[in-house]
Amino acid sequence: MLRKLAISSAVSMAVLTGGAQAADGDGTYAFDTKGDHQFIMFKISHLGYSYIYGRFNEFDGQFTYNAEDPSKNSVQVTIDTGSVDSNHAERDKHLRSDDFLAVDEFPQATFKSKKVIFDDDDKNEAKIVGDLTLRGVTKEITLDADMIGHGKDPWGGYRMGFEAETDLRLKDFGIPMDLGPQSETVEMIITVEGVRQ
Amino acid sequence: MALQTMNTRQQFGWVMILIHWLVAIAVFGLFGLGLYMVDLTYYDAWYNEAPHIHESIGILVLLVMLFRVAWRLASPPPHTLRSHKAWEKASAHMAHLGMYLLLFVVLISGYLIPTADGSGVEVFNWFTVPSVTGQQKGMESIAGDVHYWAAWALVVLAVIHAIGAIKHHVVDKDETLRRMIGLKGRPGRQDSM
Repeated sequence: MLRKLAISSAVSMAVLTGGAQAADGDGTYAFDTKGDHQFIMFKISHLGYSYIYGRFNEFDGQFTYNAEDPSKNSVQVTIDTGSVDSNHAERDKHLRSDDFLAVDEFPQATFKSKKVIFDDDDKNEAKIVGDLTLRGVTKEITLDADMIGHGKDPWGGYRMGFEAETDLRLKDFGIPMDLGPQSETVEMIITVEGVRQ
Repeated sequence: MALQTMNTRQQFGWVMILIHWLVAIAVFGLFGLGLYMVDLTYYDAWYNEAPHIHESIGILVLLVMLFRVAWRLASPPPHTLRSHKAWEKASAHMAHLGMYLLLFVVLISGYLIPTADGSGVEVFNWFTVPSVTGQQKGMESIAGDVHYWAAWALVVLAVIHAIGAIKHHVVDKDETLRRMIGLKGRPGRQDSM
């Protein structure tokens, strides 16, 4: 009886205090590559009639979060371009070739943030401005990022996750293949979960 | 006299001759088609059709080559001509062995490209050869590199082989090429057997 009460009050305490406070999440996080709670996906129109989705299976990175000071926020990502996977062997081979990613010559793509701008209305939204190096071309891009959530995980760690999106023009990165007027830009959708170090 | 089916000590049988020329046409045809198809633009009408034809013929050549090896074991090819010098015999044998090996490397590596995601190869919408490896991530690119370079090596070796045959026909005026097109000894020349 007493024990049952203790448990229920512990539960109601947790409900009352809610999730973690923003500043509780401050720190540096490594991407959860081991558990693979991370996806870099792309979406591109096929002839204007449907979409192709694909992803990069191998990438790693880290981010630093500070709830109060945007200048103390940063993220770095390194992507193994050869890990491109669109669920079709011949297409993947083509994507790795010089027509697209030229992975023999440019086996890595990287993103390094330069500044993070918090949204005025919603502190969980931010624009992440940084340099993307893809196929040997470095270009400044802006990611629209949402913090999904953060807090303790059931295994003794502390986690924080984001989802970010941006559009890239194939031509901006020297990708020579012409997929037609409906397919000049590719939408990138990035979901990562970091474990605080 | 009609050509015999099996090879003899002096002559190729018609089965071996037919397979030789079919495979020769297929190798050069597939090589050209392969180089052509990978440079097609996305909106070309042949963008999907050319690889389909390339893969279909490739599978058929692989089946023919399996039959060819079995046939060769059952019915060994004729002896080399006595007039051939030792180095000519040795280099011809090496070229033959090299072409057989490269053919299998090219054909098998080609098969491993579209089947790397676990899907089969459709042969002219006639039958489908399933994937034997299942999904192997990244295999298509490795198999593709092997396929490309082995195909180049095969074509170069086949050209050298053809130059050798033409040299025997034109310079030595012997029966090397004639017996691969089913012709008997040249009139007045009995020295070659």
